[in-house]
Amino acid sequence: MANVTIPVGPQHPALKEPECFKVTLDGEKIVGVEIRLGYNHRGIEKACEERTIVQSQYILERVCGICSHSHSTCFLMAVEEAGKIEVPRRALWIRTLIGELERIHSHLLWLGVAGHELGFDTLLMYTWRDRELVMDLLALISGNRVNYNMNVLGGARRDITDAHRAEIRKALPVFRERTAYYARVAQEESTLIARLSGVGRLTKEEAIFYNANGPTARGSGVDRDTRRDDPYLAFPELEFEVVLDDHSDVYGRTLVRIGELMQTYDLIEQIIDGLPEGPIGPARAIRRVAAGEAVSRYEAPRGEDIHYVCTNGTDKVERVKVRAPTLGNLPAVVRMLEGGFLADVPIVVAAIDPCFSCTDRGIRVARSQGQDVWDADALRAYAIEFYRKRGLDLTRVKAPGR
Amino acid sequence: MSHHPGRMVGELLRHSVRQPATIRYPAVKADLPDKFRGRIQFIAERCIGCRMCMRDCPSNAIHITKEGDKRFSCRIYLDRCIYCAQCVDTCPKDALYATMDFELAAFTHDALQRDYDAPPATAEPEAPPAPETKDSEGTGPGA
Repeated sequence: MANVTIPVGPQHPALKEPECFKVTLDGEKIVGVEIRLGYNHRGIEKACEERTIVQSQYILERVCGICSHSHSTCFLMAVEEAGKIEVPRRALWIRTLIGELERIHSHLLWLGVAGHELGFDTLLMYTWRDRELVMDLLALISGNRVNYNMNVLGGARRDITDAHRAEIRKALPVFRERTAYYARVAQEESTLIARLSGVGRLTKEEAIFYNANGPTARGSGVDRDTRRDDPYLAFPELEFEVVLDDHSDVYGRTLVRIGELMQTYDLIEQIIDGLPEGPIGPARAIRRVAAGEAVSRYEAPRGEDIHYVCTNGTDKVERVKVRAPTLGNLPAVVRMLEGGFLADVPIVVAAIDPCFSCTDRGIRVARSQGQDVWDADALRAYAIEFYRKRGLDLTRVKAPGR
Repeated sequence: MSHHPGRMVGELLRHSVRQPATIRYPAVKADLPDKFRGRIQFIAERCIGCRMCMRDCPSNAIHITKEGDKRFSCRIYLDRCIYCAQCVDTCPKDALYATMDFELAAFTHDALQRDYDAPPATAEPEAPPAPETKDSEGTGPGA
């Protein structure tokens, strides 16, 4: 029988965000995968060029709903490096604390989503219930559950009080107990092991070759963690272990995330114990930033987040480029899916903890012949012609924003 | 270590006799944290018209209009607002503050526009009313 091509997405029950995986099948077996990006392009980088740095910070915080603090911190770290702005030590520690709390909520969320993709909804319900505890902590410290807005150029926006520290200290034993329980479930529940073992295989060599990052790489035994390799914020002063696993499949990635949760609790304990005294931000809000350029790397819960920023001496940025962790992990997904089964697509894709909206930046498609870049008018003319051939007249539909 | 299915059955049984984890919102009022950033409120008497809030707003949600000598009105577009409360931190005269109001759903965009009139022209400058949540809002450097 000839090979069959099935599009998984852009609208598909297994995907929470629009992205297209064109899967070529030989029977049930996947023989080829083609990924199409760009369904959720929001023009964030361009929007930042037209706004001041103070405004861009909030726009970039909304690149991702889950690792929002990662993006805003990564951007500000780049701006501060480019403009040579000194950040008080206490502010660095506060940023680190929020980043690690965010890692707890992201990893617990992922564990639930993975359970859901397997049909193990019991795991989803309990992990998400436990996640509420860290959401409450973040709301207590920052005011809101998501988009904490804890950063300001050159410092932190809100302070950590003793009451906050006491609340975090109270929650840590609960987190530890629950995570130890999930670790036990992951190691003993035979259905989970059977379903995840050998699925989405990515050997160590392949992970390095396809440049996987974050827990995806560490689940294949690649010893790579920005927090240790290129320490930022308070990480030079903190001690933690990089969790590795050599299962090299979805099961390995699950174990890495659960192990990382335990390390994160240790990190949070170190931060609240050693939080230095001092100011949390500049006395006067900084608006203008000296000209310069910088690249900053940040270990977001999903993997390595990279921001490039070029400042020009005004209160705006000349250029900002965002590389979300998911974009780095997508080439590896193609390799993971090949040779697997169609039914494994949802869990293999979910195993990199994808965030497609974060990923979609402007991408120029290089073609060997013909026009490769279309402007809005050309795209509109093509769409009208496309639908006219199918008997639909869309000439009277107004283009947005005109 | 035993490998068998149903490792979470014990957990399920324990929870079958417990209270549900969900809260009874909206029957019970939501418990909001102190620093919650809700709808932004404008105090016209305090505004000096520097328009720094307009300049810093990432989503162009605030419009301050000059109505007369040192009198300014304000329009806030709640549908554009991203509730970052940067304007609250920016305002040098504390003329803006974040309320605990978050149940803002409406059927039209017009219903999400909030207009705050300028203080009357003839009125003597009087003591501005104290904002309800001022104490708990904004410990940042701008506040």
